Amino acid sequence: MSNIPAFSGTIERRAFVKELIDLCPGVLVVPGLGSSNYDIFAAGDRAENFYMWGAMGGAALIGLGLALAQPSKSVLVITGDGEQLMGMGGLATINAQQPKNLTIVVLDNGHFGETGMQHSHSSLGTDLTAVAKGCGIANSFKVREVSDVKTIQQNVLARAGVAFAQVYVKADDLPRALPSRDGVHIKNRFRQALGFAPL
Amino acid sequence: MSSQTAPNDSQTHAWQDDIFDVLKKGGIKQVSYVPDAGHAHVIRRVHADPEMRGIVLTTEEEGVAIAAGAWLGGDRHALLMQSSGVGNCINMMSLLDSCRIPFLTLVTMRGEYAEFNPWQVPMSRATQGVMEAMGITVLRVSKPDEVEDVVSAALDSVFVAGERVAILLSQSLIGRKKWVRN
Repeated sequence: MSNIPAFSGTIERRAFVKELIDLCPGVLVVPGLGSSNYDIFAAGDRAENFYMWGAMGGAALIGLGLALAQPSKSVLVITGDGEQLMGMGGLATINAQQPKNLTIVVLDNGHFGETGMQHSHSSLGTDLTAVAKGCGIANSFKVREVSDVKTIQQNVLARAGVAFAQVYVKADDLPRALPSRDGVHIKNRFRQALGFAPL
Repeated sequence: MSSQTAPNDSQTHAWQDDIFDVLKKGGIKQVSYVPDAGHAHVIRRVHADPEMRGIVLTTEEEGVAIAAGAWLGGDRHALLMQSSGVGNCINMMSLLDSCRIPFLTLVTMRGEYAEFNPWQVPMSRATQGVMEAMGITVLRVSKPDEVEDVVSAALDSVFVAGERVAILLSQSLIGRKKWVRN
C-alpha cells in the first residue's frame, strides 16, 4: 500500500550527546526544545548551553546568527527531528551563508517526543539528510554507529564548513532532566561566558 | 511575489540611504530579510559592504531566531521585511520576550496606500496589533525627512536599553507600485 520505508534507531541518545559534548571542549551548544534540551542538560550543565524551551523551528537559525557573530568558535546545534522539520527552510538559509563553524546534529527517533510519540515526517518517508543535501549542505551524513561521534567531533573542531548529521537514536522515553527555564538567566550566563556583560 | 524594479529616482533613495547609514553607524553587522522592493536599495548596500552580512531568508521567522543568535554572540542585527511577513514571525517572537533579546525590525507597509493587491490588506491591517500583542513597540514613519531620526532613536532604544522595536515604513513613502512594466 505505501512505500514508506521502515524507521529504526539504535543509538542511546543520552550517552551519545554526553560523549559528543565532552569531545568538543568550549563548544557553544544550541539545543532544540524537548528531548534534545534534556539530553544536553543531562550531559552536564554548562554556561555555553543555550537551553531552549520554545522557539520550535528556530534552533539551527539561532546557531547561524551565533556562528556568524563568533567565527573563531565552534557552534553545535543538537536538535530533534520534529524541531528540525519545522525549520526545514532554515537549512537553505544556512547554506546560503556558508558559515564555516556551524554543525547541526539531528537526534532522530522518528517521533514527536513531548506530545505522545506521534510519528514525525522522518518516520513517514522524509529523509532529513537528503533535505540538507538538497539545500546545498554537501557534508550531510547519517549516523547509525556510536563510533561515528568522532566524525561529528572532527567537523565541529575543524570549522571547515557546515556539517549536518542525522543520528538515528532509540525512541526511548527517558526520565526528564530539566535545565533552567529562566531565559534571561540562560542568555546572560551564555553571553558572560563569551565576555559580554548584561545591558 | 514582488515583481517590480525598484524606483530609479535618486530622490527615492535618499531616505533609504538614511536607513542604511543609521544601521551602519549603529554597528549593525547582520541584516536578514525576505526581499521587498521598498528595502531593495538598503539590501544592495548591505551586500556591498564588507563589514556587514546580508542574510536572505526563506521565511521571516528565521530572522527573529537569527536576531537571538546574533545577540548571544555579541552582534547587532536588523530584520527587514514587508508587512505580509510579520504574521510569519509570531511564535518565534516569544523567544525575544522570554529571554529579553534586543530586537529591531523595519517593516515596509503594504495594503494601506493606493494598494492594487487586496490580498495584502488583511496582514497590513493586523500588523500593528500582532506586533504589540507579542510585546514589540511599534513606531511609524510616513515622511522621508523623519526616517533618519526615528530609525536612529529606535536603534538606540533597542541596543542601549534592550527594547524590541518595529518601525513601520508607510506605503506612501514607497509610492505607488507599478504593476505593468512599460
